[in-house]
Amino acid sequence: MKKFMLDLVVKNNKSLNNQCSLLILTSTEKLPTMLPGQFVEVRVDNSPNTFLRRPISINYVDYEANELWLLIQIVGDGTRKMCELRAGELVNLLFPLGNSFTLPEKKDSRILLVGGGVGVAPLLFWGSYLKNKGYACNFLLGGRSKDNLLQLCEFERFGNVYTTTEDGSYGERGLVTQHSIFRELNFDTIYSCGPTPMMKAVASYAAQINAFCEVSLENTMACGFGACLCCVTDTTEGHVCVCTEGPVFNITKLKW
Amino acid sequence: MVDLKVKLGKLQMKNPVMTASGTFGYGTEYSDFIDIVRIGGIIVKGTTLRSRQGNEYPRMAETPSGMLNAVGLQNKGVDYFIDQIYPTIKDIDTNVFVNVSGSTVEDYIFTAEKLNCLDKIPGIELNISCPNVKEGGMAFGISCLSSAQVVREVRRVYEGELMVKLSPNVTDISEIALAVEAEGADSISLINTLLGMAIDAEKRKPVLSTITGGLSGPAVKPIALRMVWQVAQAVKIPVVGMGGIMNAADAIEFILAGATAIQIGTANFIDPTVTIKVLDGIEDYLKRHGYSSVNDIIGALEI
Repeated sequence: MKKFMLDLVVKNNKSLNNQCSLLILTSTEKLPTMLPGQFVEVRVDNSPNTFLRRPISINYVDYEANELWLLIQIVGDGTRKMCELRAGELVNLLFPLGNSFTLPEKKDSRILLVGGGVGVAPLLFWGSYLKNKGYACNFLLGGRSKDNLLQLCEFERFGNVYTTTEDGSYGERGLVTQHSIFRELNFDTIYSCGPTPMMKAVASYAAQINAFCEVSLENTMACGFGACLCCVTDTTEGHVCVCTEGPVFNITKLKW
Repeated sequence: MVDLKVKLGKLQMKNPVMTASGTFGYGTEYSDFIDIVRIGGIIVKGTTLRSRQGNEYPRMAETPSGMLNAVGLQNKGVDYFIDQIYPTIKDIDTNVFVNVSGSTVEDYIFTAEKLNCLDKIPGIELNISCPNVKEGGMAFGISCLSSAQVVREVRRVYEGELMVKLSPNVTDISEIALAVEAEGADSISLINTLLGMAIDAEKRKPVLSTITGGLSGPAVKPIALRMVWQVAQAVKIPVVGMGGIMNAADAIEFILAGATAIQIGTANFIDPTVTIKVLDGIEDYLKRHGYSSVNDIIGALEI
């Protein structure tokens, strides 16, 4: 897929909780085609402590409204600046980068998308894509507490939503892998994005039940398009770049 | 019309803008963003005799106005380069250099010998300055004796343009430059990264898997500029300057300090079109100051 460097316009930037914002970008031109699982590299201007771009998952693309959604969690100065962007301001992006999730083998696959915290970001776009293609999806979303469960209403547009919180303030209490859905439904296709310990637990469950499983990895990157070789992960084929060979990996390829 | 052509030894370059090894892949990674044949020279990723997995993750730390890397020369080896990469890049109409590194003098010799057979690779950049490998690399480049030995041995087997990339992690860089010039280097490029370190205080741990790594970006520019100036004063062969170049003004500073050509490294990560912007900016500068050739400003610093 051709990659672009473009200035997009902030259409809206709404705070979802005290740590996360939904940054909605648009353009006077038609946005290029993007695939679920891909990411963008955002240049952060006016932040002296931010030298490199920030890799951010594509949360959702609304081609009709010509909108690109990014879910931003404040981690440091760069992401804080991004959460402070106002409507009308320009943001320079390199995109679309990386690979995408793989479609399930069968139309009647029993599909589960498991997300944790801000890691739910790419699953919304993937869920919408799957629904469009005629697949039925289940979303299992986890967070520390109710406040950390993001975009529940958006996810409900594309499938059944199940939730867990560690403090029990919403949905079932506990970790996503402890949810009762695993005892009730028999999944054969699982996609996951979130904190690494969560994805590892999901991957180990998927391996046990012999389900097809892909996870979306996060990594610090300098470039995002395969030039710097900084963002490697260890795979059965040795060190590979998360930015070009991923961010989506089949768990059988990872040395987890 | 200003003339941007420069000569590196016997090698004619269409302009002085090159890309630094390890920041530009094999060039093709950038072809969505720019017309890479406009670049004067592309130096491809560090290549070693045998394939290398590179260092463990994490390999990168962002620092004030720069970054540390500890990639550790991850590459699939020179044979893979010759069989798989060379056919895909040999027709790119610019000077493509291969950056060569090794753990022993023999590694350098064998790798250079193999590359000597590729008629579309006009030169190599001998990397005696990588700070991220346990053996070899920078170890060669921090003493006059071992720098001279590697260059001497490689010169015997390599007929093309031999550029030697120096480490800034030395007491007197001019001495090393003189030593490699005396052994037949055609040009000298500098600086490789400065050895640095980052610590995560919350975790009480180093950020990089290797503890130390190579610092690049605008943070190193004043040091790079000083070293390029010192080396250009000392040697007669062309000097290729690099270290934190982010725009045309930076590039011109290096040329004024005595660099015949410049390399752009870390800036490519942030703006993959930066090489073209620098190239256009140099041309603009020359027009604005009434120069007809970029050669008129090489070492033109007025003191």
